[in-house]
Amino acid sequence: MPDWDERQKPERDVYGTQLTQAETIDARSSEEVIEERVEEATKPLGLWADTWRRLRRNRLALVGLGVIIVFLCIGTVETIFYEAHWHVRPGSDVSAANAPGYLAPYDPNEVNYALSPEGLGSPPSWSHPFGTDYLGRDVLSRTLIATRIAMLVGIIAVAIALTLGLLLGPVSGYYGGAIDTVIMRLADVFFAFPYILFVLLIMSVLGAGFQNVFIAIGILGWATFARISRGQVLSVKSMEYVEAARAQGAGDLRIIFRHVLPNSMAPVYVAMAMAIGGAIATEAALSYLGIGVQPPNSSWGLMIAESVNYLAAGNWWWLLFPSLALVATVFGFISFGNGLRDATDPKLKE
Amino acid sequence: MAERLLDIRDLSTYFFTHAGVVKAVNGVSFTLHRGETIGIVGESGSGKTVAALSLMRLIADPPGKIVEGTLMLGDRDLRALTDAEMRGVRGNDIAMIFQDPMTSLNPVMKIGKQIAEAIVLHQDKGRGEAWRMAAELLARVGIPDADKRVDQYPFEFSGGMRQRAMIAMAISCNPDVLIADEPTTALDVTIQAQIIDVMREMQAQFDSGVILITHDLGVIAEISDKVMVMYGGRTVEYGPVDEIFYNAHHPYTWGLLASLPRLDATEKARLTPIKGQPPNLITLPGGCPFTARCPYRRPECRDQWPQPESVGLDHGVSCWIPEEQRLALRAELPHSKAPAA
Repeated sequence: MPDWDERQKPERDVYGTQLTQAETIDARSSEEVIEERVEEATKPLGLWADTWRRLRRNRLALVGLGVIIVFLCIGTVETIFYEAHWHVRPGSDVSAANAPGYLAPYDPNEVNYALSPEGLGSPPSWSHPFGTDYLGRDVLSRTLIATRIAMLVGIIAVAIALTLGLLLGPVSGYYGGAIDTVIMRLADVFFAFPYILFVLLIMSVLGAGFQNVFIAIGILGWATFARISRGQVLSVKSMEYVEAARAQGAGDLRIIFRHVLPNSMAPVYVAMAMAIGGAIATEAALSYLGIGVQPPNSSWGLMIAESVNYLAAGNWWWLLFPSLALVATVFGFISFGNGLRDATDPKLKE
Repeated sequence: MAERLLDIRDLSTYFFTHAGVVKAVNGVSFTLHRGETIGIVGESGSGKTVAALSLMRLIADPPGKIVEGTLMLGDRDLRALTDAEMRGVRGNDIAMIFQDPMTSLNPVMKIGKQIAEAIVLHQDKGRGEAWRMAAELLARVGIPDADKRVDQYPFEFSGGMRQRAMIAMAISCNPDVLIADEPTTALDVTIQAQIIDVMREMQAQFDSGVILITHDLGVIAEISDKVMVMYGGRTVEYGPVDEIFYNAHHPYTWGLLASLPRLDATEKARLTPIKGQPPNLITLPGGCPFTARCPYRRPECRDQWPQPESVGLDHGVSCWIPEEQRLALRAELPHSKAPAA
């Protein structure tokens, strides 16, 4: 301990001066401080801390993440307040003015012919920033409320696909042999079909409606996750810690889902981010084709479909805003997924 | 005599590959008693690890298969057990310490959870109690701050600490038999000594039998009671540790001993390797696998495997060279001149 330290301490004690926090830290020997700093600086980072550190440098991925968060918030608020706001008392005179805490300024399904002269809607104005459509409905409100459907499709459809894929893929990769062949050939069949055609087929069996959109997209998405997780499992299952777990007496299921799968997830997360973007785009396509979300409910794809017929009359606003929302969301998920892939790719690690 | 834990007779494990049948382990026998340490030495590919994995029935089938032999654990026949019963044996009666502590711990699972896993699997203990026991075990194998360390991930541990954690995992259920597959190979020399000390302490505390697989004769000399020298899937020589070091009878054992660095050698002196390479186990001839590299080979070596011959108490050797001739040859070896023959 340096001698200045020895002299200072008793002085302060005699005068009863209390050491401040900063002085307490300074009073420690310099070796101690250095040791602590070195320890802090050389402490290895966990997978997520390391990934986040590299993701932070990727500006596009951060923008994507920001977009995702904004749309997720909008979707959440819509989901929570939609029913309460507009449908608490059916037929009541509740309106946007006396119901705070809700993003959409108007009832998205409220028809108002006064706002649609000649049935062509009205262009953006102060009271209707995104304009109105041919029934005089507020485009901003409809775009916002459609966020809810888009987010739900993205999350639920991918959750279904993920569950199926992560059950079948690891089992396939772990056991190999006949089980592997059957599951992977089935996945090949799913890949071989033209995607939209396959969705159309399933939708025509299940019937139109947005719940069925979840199921159709979910059923079709499993093959991607199964294939990715199977590939990972093939490499992870020959790791020594899997052998060690077996030598401890762990059974197959425990080994697959406790030891192998958690070590196989990094590429799956990436695929998940991409798949959510894809699912949202597919929902828009289905709604555009008329077998997704049914009117009067609102969906970006449906709004685009409705607007197209009126485009010749110059109704650009009612195509532009839902399209922008769709593009922004899909871009957000894809660019975030891309960034995540770069950040977790060991080959790109410096 | 101490309780007999393991009795292995004529164990043969083959791998049936597209290229042919690989006879990885070929008629290996040994016994293990409580409190005893048996060292299995041999170079890479001599069948040491496969023999150990066969004991735990951890050979991937296909392509591997235990084709012959009896494996008795106490009075239980391991080959007759069902898969579920075998899972109850693994980690509980026979536990294993793996070679590379950097890869044999699950990187995304906390150390405590990995140690607790075996306890939860084999003993009637809740998660909380298993976790507490895990911390105790970590402290026991000499990890400071065990209460904090138990809550960390493997990447926060150094190599030596990970190997200690592996030992804690292996002894968590107080197994009768502890198999250590080259436990010190991946560690640096000072840590090696510490790990060997930990293993010896644990063996003394739990009074288990240890099978130590290694190609490091120094480690064998330090901790083994008995040694089994393997080559090409066969046991060429076995015996008490002093017999093997000072009274070896097989030319392969001589070669191993000759290739050790010596303290009394001059600086310029080179190590004496065994010339040639380990045999291809697919095209193995019927005779002694060491024939091709053996400087003293005879016509009969190639085609017939010599039955083990007793050359002392508990000391056996499989070699066609007659005993008197072996002793004469050994007296000529440079490395056997220093110690008293």
